[in-house]
Amino acid sequence: MNIPTDDHARRVATCTDPVALDEWYVICALDEVAVGAVYRTRLLGDTVTYSRSPDGAPTIWRGATAEGPTLTHRVKFGYLWTTLGSPAHEIFDIAECNETDRRLLNGGSILVATSAPRAVENFLDMGHFPYVHTGILGAEPRTEVVDYDVETTPDQVLATRCMFYQPQAAASSTEGQMSEYIYRVPHPYCVMLYKSNPDDPSRMDVIALFNQPMTEESIRAHNFLCLIDDVTPDAAIRRFQQMIFGQDKPILENQFPRRLPLDPRAETPIRADKAAIAYRRWLTAKGLTYAVIPAAE
Amino acid sequence: MTWFPIARCDDLVVRHVFHGQLRGRELAVWRADDGFVNVWENRCLHRGVRLSIGLNEGQELKCQYHGWRYANRTAGCTYIPAHPADSPARTICNISFLAVERFGLVWTGESPSGELPTPPSLTGRDGFGLRNLPINAEPAAVLDELADYRFAPTTTVTGRGESWIELTGEGETSSAVVLFVQPVDAARSVVRGVLVDPPTDDKRLAVLHGHHRILSRLRIEIEQRASGRVMPSPIIPTLLRVPITHSVAPKTSSRDRMSVTVAGRTIVADGVVAFELRRIDGQLPTFQPGAHIDVQLPNGLIRQYSLVNGPGELDRYVIGVKREPNSSGGSACLHDVVRTGDALAISEPRNNFPLRRDSFRTILIAGGIGITPLLSMAQALAASSLNYELHYFAQSAEHIAFADRLATLGASVIIHLGLSPDETGDALRTILAVPEDGEHVYICGPGPMLDAARTTATAAGWPDPAVHFEYFKNTIDVDLSSSFTVELARSALTIDVPAGTSVLDVLRTNGVALPSSCEQGACGTCLVTVLAGEPDHQDVYLNETERRAGDRMLTCVSRSHSERLVLDI
Repeated sequence: MNIPTDDHARRVATCTDPVALDEWYVICALDEVAVGAVYRTRLLGDTVTYSRSPDGAPTIWRGATAEGPTLTHRVKFGYLWTTLGSPAHEIFDIAECNETDRRLLNGGSILVATSAPRAVENFLDMGHFPYVHTGILGAEPRTEVVDYDVETTPDQVLATRCMFYQPQAAASSTEGQMSEYIYRVPHPYCVMLYKSNPDDPSRMDVIALFNQPMTEESIRAHNFLCLIDDVTPDAAIRRFQQMIFGQDKPILENQFPRRLPLDPRAETPIRADKAAIAYRRWLTAKGLTYAVIPAAE
Repeated sequence: MTWFPIARCDDLVVRHVFHGQLRGRELAVWRADDGFVNVWENRCLHRGVRLSIGLNEGQELKCQYHGWRYANRTAGCTYIPAHPADSPARTICNISFLAVERFGLVWTGESPSGELPTPPSLTGRDGFGLRNLPINAEPAAVLDELADYRFAPTTTVTGRGESWIELTGEGETSSAVVLFVQPVDAARSVVRGVLVDPPTDDKRLAVLHGHHRILSRLRIEIEQRASGRVMPSPIIPTLLRVPITHSVAPKTSSRDRMSVTVAGRTIVADGVVAFELRRIDGQLPTFQPGAHIDVQLPNGLIRQYSLVNGPGELDRYVIGVKREPNSSGGSACLHDVVRTGDALAISEPRNNFPLRRDSFRTILIAGGIGITPLLSMAQALAASSLNYELHYFAQSAEHIAFADRLATLGASVIIHLGLSPDETGDALRTILAVPEDGEHVYICGPGPMLDAARTTATAAGWPDPAVHFEYFKNTIDVDLSSSFTVELARSALTIDVPAGTSVLDVLRTNGVALPSSCEQGACGTCLVTVLAGEPDHQDVYLNETERRAGDRMLTCVSRSHSERLVLDI
């Protein structure tokens, strides 16, 4: 049996998958939208146009011009979200964002030539730290991924007790540490991690990746942070996040097929990939077909 | 299927991975330090990352994403860093294609068979390679249009094959050129030209420039004509699914046996002969450092020997055999009977002594012929620039085996010569004095030395999981005096095991097939899961922690403390 690979025609096709259509997607960080200016971006193969009036209120139009039918929107976590369908649910919550001493920061939006699920899976993966983020999030020879727990519910995939040795776990770190992570996938294309704060181990910093599926095989990855850190300047945090993501980007863009294969035998999972295995099964259970290669019947 | 050229031989730069393409399929092409050309599908089996961005370490290719290692020649996975204690499953093997070098080009195909396309004019010649030229047009159309290649006042087509055309020019000097067309994709080609007669040194540049200039003009015309046609869509190569893992436990069936010839037989130390074994047909399977093979001897005995090979050294297996004074016919047979050119049957390599490569420092301790698995480990650690020490205890300088391989390891090798048992004990106490977190010890040698090392390591505070042993054989006397009952959970059988008979034997008598090998509690082949009852471990394979857990046992020697054992068989 064989796996179909990239089909060039699909790269620009409009989305017909109801599961993908009935979801909320980030299309931009709100603080990057200048009042009065008109912007265009792509979502699920379609073009959307957006703008912000002097009172700050955003408007989103379907199509390439600021006229015609408008799209429903939400503003959450500092980002502008929209949908091309009619989701029955609201955008997921991140409880930590409501804590008063939290700092919410847009870490940057980066174009990547891959599918959103490939980016999610890379974010869920500790095994690549020593090889892709050498000397920062991991270092040879400490390469072992010890067993962790994964729990799947209809709403999310949650991986807990994820431990990994990290030479420089965050922008503010000065020495190596065993980091403990919790990973959470609350949306087919969005993923976040909770990790112990270097200064206050009783609390967790939150780092999220909201992937905007421009097409099946191209995304804008919006990096959101919710931290307890009054010291590190915005620019230093962004520089750190962009350095990390800049290391992932060439790997993601050299991964084939670009759409995530959901057939368990399409690739070779190992025990360390438990979270990814659960994520793929969760997507299969949702019946998602956009940006993935569904498992053969 | 046909062979096609996909690269120039000199595109395969030392320790580099070349990115090639044939009929839409991407290829990672790399030359190992032993000269072998590997042509693999350009995709790591784990997560689909291109292997052409991986690292050619000379003997193995290392994927950039998770550091998985794949061996030269077999493309088999030898190490998965996320699980340092495990041996990768045998089925984890990248898809590879046959490769041949000729006319200065690397040739391959999806399933090439038969001879390379050889134009008569190039028979028995190397030729001289022109610069390759990519042309954006269908390969068949390119081949047709190359008939118009005019590189001399009179040029005629003097030969043509499925993927090549030969032209001869008449002019100041008569010359012939063969143009091979590589089908990169449905509408992309690369023309790889070979001159039949190499130009003299003084004319070489002028000849190269001349051909390149005229071919480049022809290329523009071919591409212009192609732009007027509707081009076919790119070829979508099919990717094979990963095969099912059939075996979890190592097994010894006739399927795993293979025939080898003794390609070399060398005395490598006093009383030690090294045998070089080469596969009679096909490729030897991937092995991991620490692995051993079963060798079936002409006298019918089966003996286990560790491989001495370094990483990716897969053109042969090398074993070292010490003549045992009390040989029951194994080592004596190999020493006295087996000669170069003889055929032997061997098993696939199995690994009961896997090497972790996540240590800050690895301590390898060898006694006598126990050097063999540790030498394989040392070469693997050296190739990955990992920190290690190899302590080699031997009677005298004449007893040092494999001096040539040891020499390549330099200062990491520490030799201890002619020590008495007490002096050996002192040396072991010094070597193992300070247990460090994240360090591992591997020991192989004669029983008394292993016992001393085990005691010393425990006394010094080394945790059990950090100390790894390989016994030559189990010297513990097996106590067969107890009798008990075994229940087989999956087979729904209840069997009595009388005193004096092993569980393994009783199972076999009752028609339950179970793989086994050494049958002395040392190799781990007959390991089974215990679901209930308290096993009485009599083996040397399980470590203390595993023994205490009591959830697995070796059926060849271990028995039961409880009246009843329930096994997952």
